[in-house]
Amino acid sequence: MTDQAATRTGAADAIPQARLDLIPLALPVALAGLAFLLIGTPTTWLTLTLAALAMGMMIFVIASGLTLVFGLMDVINFGHGAFIAVGAYLAMTVLGPLAPLVQADSLMLNLAALALAALVATFGAGALGLAFERVVIRPVYGQHLKQILITMGGLIIAEQLLHAIFGGDQKAMALPTAFRGAIVVGDLAFEKFRLLAVAIGLVVFLAMQLTLNRTRIGLLIRAGVENSEMVEALGYRIRRLFVGVFAAGSALAGLGGVLWALYRETFTAAIGSEVMVLVFIVIIIGGLGSVGGCFLGAILVAMMANYTAFLAPKVALASSILLMVAILMWRPQGLYPVAKR
Amino acid sequence: MAEPLLSLEGVHTHIGQYHILQGVSFAVPEGGMTVLLGRNGAGKTTALRTIMGLWKPSAGVLRFAGAAIGGMATPEIARAGIAYVPESMAVFSDLTVAENITLAARSGPPDPARLDWIFSFFPAMKRFWHAPAGVLSGGQKQMLAISRAIVEKRRLILVDEPTKGLAPAIIEGMIGAFRELKRETTILLVEQNFRFAASLGDNVAVMDDGRIVHAGAMAALAADEAMQTRLLGLSLDSHQ
Repeated sequence: MTDQAATRTGAADAIPQARLDLIPLALPVALAGLAFLLIGTPTTWLTLTLAALAMGMMIFVIASGLTLVFGLMDVINFGHGAFIAVGAYLAMTVLGPLAPLVQADSLMLNLAALALAALVATFGAGALGLAFERVVIRPVYGQHLKQILITMGGLIIAEQLLHAIFGGDQKAMALPTAFRGAIVVGDLAFEKFRLLAVAIGLVVFLAMQLTLNRTRIGLLIRAGVENSEMVEALGYRIRRLFVGVFAAGSALAGLGGVLWALYRETFTAAIGSEVMVLVFIVIIIGGLGSVGGCFLGAILVAMMANYTAFLAPKVALASSILLMVAILMWRPQGLYPVAKR
Repeated sequence: MAEPLLSLEGVHTHIGQYHILQGVSFAVPEGGMTVLLGRNGAGKTTALRTIMGLWKPSAGVLRFAGAAIGGMATPEIARAGIAYVPESMAVFSDLTVAENITLAARSGPPDPARLDWIFSFFPAMKRFWHAPAGVLSGGQKQMLAISRAIVEKRRLILVDEPTKGLAPAIIEGMIGAFRELKRETTILLVEQNFRFAASLGDNVAVMDDGRIVHAGAMAALAADEAMQTRLLGLSLDSHQ
């Protein structure tokens, strides 16, 4: 190739840069600012904001896997709630015999019990996810209507199985001693468990960002979410990747189920399906397939729910839907849409 | 006579209710460039996608390097040594140029000497190495799609209309790049730009209505204006 031609193909323009889209990041700040003005009392506002952050992190942990599952294979999984419920029940089963550790007046013993329960719930839900993908999802790849029907059916069967195994009554999930109550600073009270939930949510978010941006698997997932066919044409088996992501997403839902059950302190087998409405709103707001968007969407939905519950309890139930409608009118593909083929 | 690198014998492909490939037979010899020509809707892109396993053939035999590939999944076909540059280019917009190329190098990090070779005919790839692919121009995206296909040596590269929508200056650059590429590998090129195809192709197959209607040496077709008019509806002169 001649130098002349090389120069021509080189297009000596300025190096193109990705447009940093910071506007969505300003939304939670603006929402918090508006709530501050409406609430008026700084301590109440701060308590509500922290509660919102904790709730948002828990929803993010639950929703992050679902958004990747949809992004990678266009699979709409209404059965995701089953993994949340299984996580909660597994944690309850583990924490039962560990009551002395849960009730001990020692942070380390409490953490050990909680970590073991979370580990069992995470891996248990992940294993269930593998089976669910094989039995329920695989026969209906590419068939959205059948996916909706069969995954909803899977959720109903899972819930009924949990009722049959554990009984249909409401279950209690006591917080470990060290995470009961609040840390009081002046007029402010920070609930300890909410601080823990925020910490776990941040760790999950950072781990996902590192995996997606710094590893080859992450590169494949990001490419697959955008164009799975081209990833296959490059020689990678997207189905295997999808199975891995599905299991990881189910495992995270299991972990989220533990946190959500501890947050509410009581639950039934419907714990998953109850939270799924919020989860779907979050992944739609964030942009299907976008982990960053899912994180932001979870925080926004939780803020809206907490602030409106205080300011206007009558519209609290509809607030998330109103938020979704407003965001989709502004950005129909969500806050951070993933470029699809 | 040496066995061709790729051969299609009586290949039929259905997409939904449509019968697109209706008994396609042609061969791609090892080395050089074979060009698949034909008007819009003749079935050229479907032929490439069928070779790549992206559409499953409903009948016929596809052989690559002596092995039947007709029933294989796309990743296995790619791993057998076929690279694909689709018409849409299909670069990963959210990934940087570096990430796009790194992903295409299946056996590990890209070889620096190989990258330098690619940069020698696509210097824009070096310049925009850390830029997201989504912000590149159309020509740069095409360069990236081709770079991705050649970052590791493959036995056959399928390229679907690389000049589509590109400025003449960029197309001239592409001609130089393909001349370099066909020295080391075999290329099956789908193209509507006959001037571009004639300047590069060694062999040609012409498709119409899902069938091959002519196959032979490109030089013979380029020199025969009457045949061009009969097969393609236009002569080479009309493209100048």
